Amino acid sequence: MYNKIMVPVDLAHADKLAPALDTAANLAKLYKIPVTYVGVTASTPGPLGHNPAEYDEKLKKFSEDQGARHGIATGWKAVVSHDPAVDLDDKLVETVHETGSNLIVMATHIPNVADHVWPSNGGRLATHTDASVFLVRPN
Amino acid sequence: MSDTTTGVPAPEGEAGLIETDYEIGQDNIETQIGPFGLDIHNPVFAVSAGVIVLFVIAALIFPTQAADFFGWLRPALTSTFDWLFLLAGNIFVIFTVALIFTPYGSIRLGGKEATPDYTYMGWFAMLFAAGMGIGLMFFGVLEPVYHMAISAPLGTPSPFDADGALIPENVEAARQMGLAATIYHWGLHPWAIYAVLALALALFSYNKGLPLSVRSAFYPILGERVWGWWGHVIDILAVFATLFGLTTSLGIGAQQANAGLEHVFGIPNNLTVQVILIIGITSIALISVVRGLDGGVKVLSEINMAIAALLLLFVFFVGPTATIISDFGKGLVAYVVDLPALSNPFGRTDTDYMHGWTSFYWAWWISWSPFVGMFIARVSRGRTVREFIICVLLIPSLVCVMWMAVFGGTAIDQVLSDPTASAVKANVIDSYSPELSLFAMLEGLPLSAITSFIGVVLVIVFFVTSSDSGSLVIDTITAGGKVDAPVPQRVFWASFEGLVAIVLLLGGGLTALQAMVISTGLPFTLVLLAMCWAIWKGLRSEPR
Repeated sequence: MYNKIMVPVDLAHADKLAPALDTAANLAKLYKIPVTYVGVTASTPGPLGHNPAEYDEKLKKFSEDQGARHGIATGWKAVVSHDPAVDLDDKLVETVHETGSNLIVMATHIPNVADHVWPSNGGRLATHTDASVFLVRPN
Repeated sequence: MSDTTTGVPAPEGEAGLIETDYEIGQDNIETQIGPFGLDIHNPVFAVSAGVIVLFVIAALIFPTQAADFFGWLRPALTSTFDWLFLLAGNIFVIFTVALIFTPYGSIRLGGKEATPDYTYMGWFAMLFAAGMGIGLMFFGVLEPVYHMAISAPLGTPSPFDADGALIPENVEAARQMGLAATIYHWGLHPWAIYAVLALALALFSYNKGLPLSVRSAFYPILGERVWGWWGHVIDILAVFATLFGLTTSLGIGAQQANAGLEHVFGIPNNLTVQVILIIGITSIALISVVRGLDGGVKVLSEINMAIAALLLLFVFFVGPTATIISDFGKGLVAYVVDLPALSNPFGRTDTDYMHGWTSFYWAWWISWSPFVGMFIARVSRGRTVREFIICVLLIPSLVCVMWMAVFGGTAIDQVLSDPTASAVKANVIDSYSPELSLFAMLEGLPLSAITSFIGVVLVIVFFVTSSDSGSLVIDTITAGGKVDAPVPQRVFWASFEGLVAIVLLLGGGLTALQAMVISTGLPFTLVLLAMCWAIWKGLRSEPR
């Protein structure tokens, strides 16, 4: 039914991702498919690295830790954006196509008034890709 | 169990990272206000916004005193420290040009294997639109004519006598000096000012790993103190100069655009129209910042460059083409020949030109350099230092020469070939209505209603590109160097700029605060000189 799971991650807030990460891991075990963790970073220095290469290393380590913890096959893809705050959704859509993922598991927020004005990240992915999108609320 | 799916395909290569305990974002407050996320540097964001509000209130409560004080301060600084501004400008040109020929020119911003973020076209459009677009529209006709006939650079006599009659033997020299004296203000020197700050920021951010904020360029001088109040003050000053530079330009620009609209289309010249113009400009800028760097700023910049190029080509082909070609060559030669004299800081007698224009311009460019420099740095990753300086310094200078030759040369030709009928002469020499100079020149060519409309559109969109790039710069500084702060923050700054411009327009204080911003050019001059040394030190420690 599914051949690859993609999990967008914000490493700056990795502590809030546990429900989504556990869900993705459980689905990976159920369907015996790999998980690809995707992060979008700027080319300028940030809290997660002086440059995209350092960010890539951090994401790789994150991916390997998840693989070891859950006993699943994992990979990672760091995507560089000129303007991550605005280009995030477009980059994720591109990455869905590039990785060939057909199931996306991602953390989401409790709905608020802003969602009536701007579509959520998950909503955009569902609209612009053929993948199934599983939105995991925080605990 | 892991597969080996790779992330970023090419590593950045070696770069001389600075080891510091400071973590980008460690001083930031990350929270949520209702549906809006917030990621702001504490205290730069709050103090910047607060100080700006205080200054606006002070200017509103004491408009006359503010106008008197800053109206006195700005020319006092530019005339007393004229030697410093000119000397510093020369140092910046020599330093940046020299870097092209040193081995340090091959150092790549972002590391040995970094690749450019943008094509040449997109890159150039953005840095030009942010740095100079609006100025060329406003001064492209006015300045060559003014220097030819009135300001007497290097004592060059006017081609007109006191009664307005033409003096044939003065014409050729005045014509060439009109162009050369203008090209001097829009050529190597201003772009060298921007290049110094932009290179410092790009080097210390992309190669040394420090936050993309003005304070980072001071690390070689201040060390770890740059993360404390020393750095806070630097960043607050940068925000201050950027925001007030933008808002006062926006407010004054709205007045000028309204005057142009009245002249060309009969639209009433009043505060209501000017407020509507500011709201319109701010609204378009808001759309642009929400769409981001690639989808907003870059697209608008490219569109505007294309329209500007079309207008330039129209004037070139429909205007006095042979004269323009001749003016391009002669203007360039006159600029090169007269450059040592024009840039000489000492023993000058042409003080009207030197103080009223050159010193003023250098202070103005320098006060804008945090904004323009940061924006250029943001979009310049992946370029070598040599490529960076050539493209930031030489190519825009050549474009400015071409622009002045076409627009200024056409205007000069109109003035000299038929002085009594020239609308340019009437609005620049006989009386002084600078905001009408471009339209006066276009009146002398066919299809002036259409070209004037295009001119107004260009002016407005250049204001938009300044506003949106300025908002991004302020947002980055007040987010502690982070470029991925929540979008509502940049919406706040873009809206705040428009609001402050409207408040100052209605309550008074625009001119006073613009004079204040330009006055910050003096301390920033010392800052930029120190940055030259910091750049040198930074480049020496890069692996090659």
